[in-house]
Amino acid sequence: MGMYSDKVMEHFKNPHNVGEIKDADGIGEVGNPICGDIMKIYIKVKDGKIIDCKFKTFGCGAAIATSSMITEMVKGKGIDEALKISNKAVAEALGGLPPIKMHCSNLAADGLSKAIEDYKQKSKKK
Amino acid sequence: MKRIYMDHAATTSTDVEVVKAMEPYFSLKYGNPNSIHSFGQEAREAVEEAREKIAHLIGANPSEIVFTAGGTEADNYAIKGIAWANQKKGNHIITSKIEHHAVLHSCQFLEKQGFRVTYLPVDKYGLIDPEDVKKAITDKTILVTIMHANNEIGTIEPIKEISKVVKKAGVYFHIDSVQTVGHIPIDVNDLGVDMLSMSGHKFYGPNGVGALYLRKGTRIVNLIDGGAQEKNRRAGTENVAGIVGLGKAAELAEERLTQGKEKKIVRLRDKLIKGIIDKIENVRLNGHPTKRLPGNANFCFEFIEGESMLLSLDMEGVAASSGSACTSGSLTASHILLAIGLPPEIAHGSLRLTLGKDNTEEEIDYVIDILPGIIEKLRALSPFKGNWEGLN
Ligand code: FES
Repeated sequence: MGMYSDKVMEHFKNPHNVGEIKDADGIGEVGNPICGDIMKIYIKVKDGKIIDCKFKTFGCGAAIATSSMITEMVKGKGIDEALKISNKAVAEALGGLPPIKMHCSNLAADGLSKAIEDYKQKSKKK
Repeated sequence: MKRIYMDHAATTSTDVEVVKAMEPYFSLKYGNPNSIHSFGQEAREAVEEAREKIAHLIGANPSEIVFTAGGTEADNYAIKGIAWANQKKGNHIITSKIEHHAVLHSCQFLEKQGFRVTYLPVDKYGLIDPEDVKKAITDKTILVTIMHANNEIGTIEPIKEISKVVKKAGVYFHIDSVQTVGHIPIDVNDLGVDMLSMSGHKFYGPNGVGALYLRKGTRIVNLIDGGAQEKNRRAGTENVAGIVGLGKAAELAEERLTQGKEKKIVRLRDKLIKGIIDKIENVRLNGHPTKRLPGNANFCFEFIEGESMLLSLDMEGVAASSGSACTSGSLTASHILLAIGLPPEIAHGSLRLTLGKDNTEEEIDYVIDILPGIIEKLRALSPFKGNWEGLN
């Protein structure tokens, strides 16, 4: 199908890092206000670095591919660096998204920042 | 990879016999049917012959068939044409919540011009209650426009019963038959309708051509102004090849219907429905179990989204469609699925498989075989596990 780039289809066919992290340090859950999709993202942090990241997504092909892509992009990154990953950067890493699907990449970027926020909240309490 | 087409409600292939019938009307018999010379006259003959075939298919008189550029134009013509021509009598139109956009958007356009429109609800199967039609009619009502069968969930509406209440009130009755013409037997007099829209490419004819059946004596104004074609009802030089193709498609459809060929499609459809319901959990059939189009099967699979199903099916060679928000240009769930009472998250997981005359038993078996794996794989990605817990 010509709708998506090869990279998107690759990630859709074989999404990376699917699942949950039982003892996650941060969890982000976001719903897409536009079409109603939902994403859950889990992070594991050590020494200020994201060492593991997993996701579950109820959504379209682009939502699944961007979820998969962002989990790859954040691994090994410091949390402040990870926060800077924009939805545009995720879309670019996937070789672009059709204009109507740009909002899907927000899901991943917003999910990640929520997970990091959650991590920060939790570590404050400790 | 073998490709399997199960999206016949979107469009059908143009029958090779239809193409063959059309061919001479491009480069050989290219006359304008309005010309006096022999070139013109052979084209005129072809157009009138097509008109007869189409009229015959739906039990109409040939003079009551007006060619259009498709089903959408036929709907626009019927609705706007009746509204504008009967303003003196009233300004109220009745339709339903599950109409095609060609009807809904025409009605919304008229609302902006001061017309009043009632959008009738449907039950969980998508059926309109003739009683509701009766209650909605006022002395200002000039038109009732209802679809014969729904394009998405396949439900066939009780047109005859609705007609009884509409006729009793002396109101014009239009039906959008784009999904039914050529697929189930139709007789405009038996149904009791004044107008009926059809589209060529939904029953193995070409794209870009359709027709409106317009009962003799109907008060209507034109949508397209210009020359005197179609007895002053629809201007523009006739799409001769397209019209010939539409006529041929009607002839072939009538042959199939008299042979009862749609029964084979019904059998395959029921096999597909049963196979899927039996093999997959948390799935529901949308539309009515029996009052449905021969080729239509429509499901909702919980916890997953339609577009991802379509992509996965396409990777296995199967072409289908969905009413999910993500697959619509407007990013909202199908108005039809919402109107039958489905919550948006359930509508999200909709999948429509529409069969045609050439689908085979093997193809049905193949889909029943591969679909459970696809659903399972996508559900493994979903944050919802067997219930909607956590959904706010
Ligand atoms: S997340 Fe719904 S369109 Fe992509």
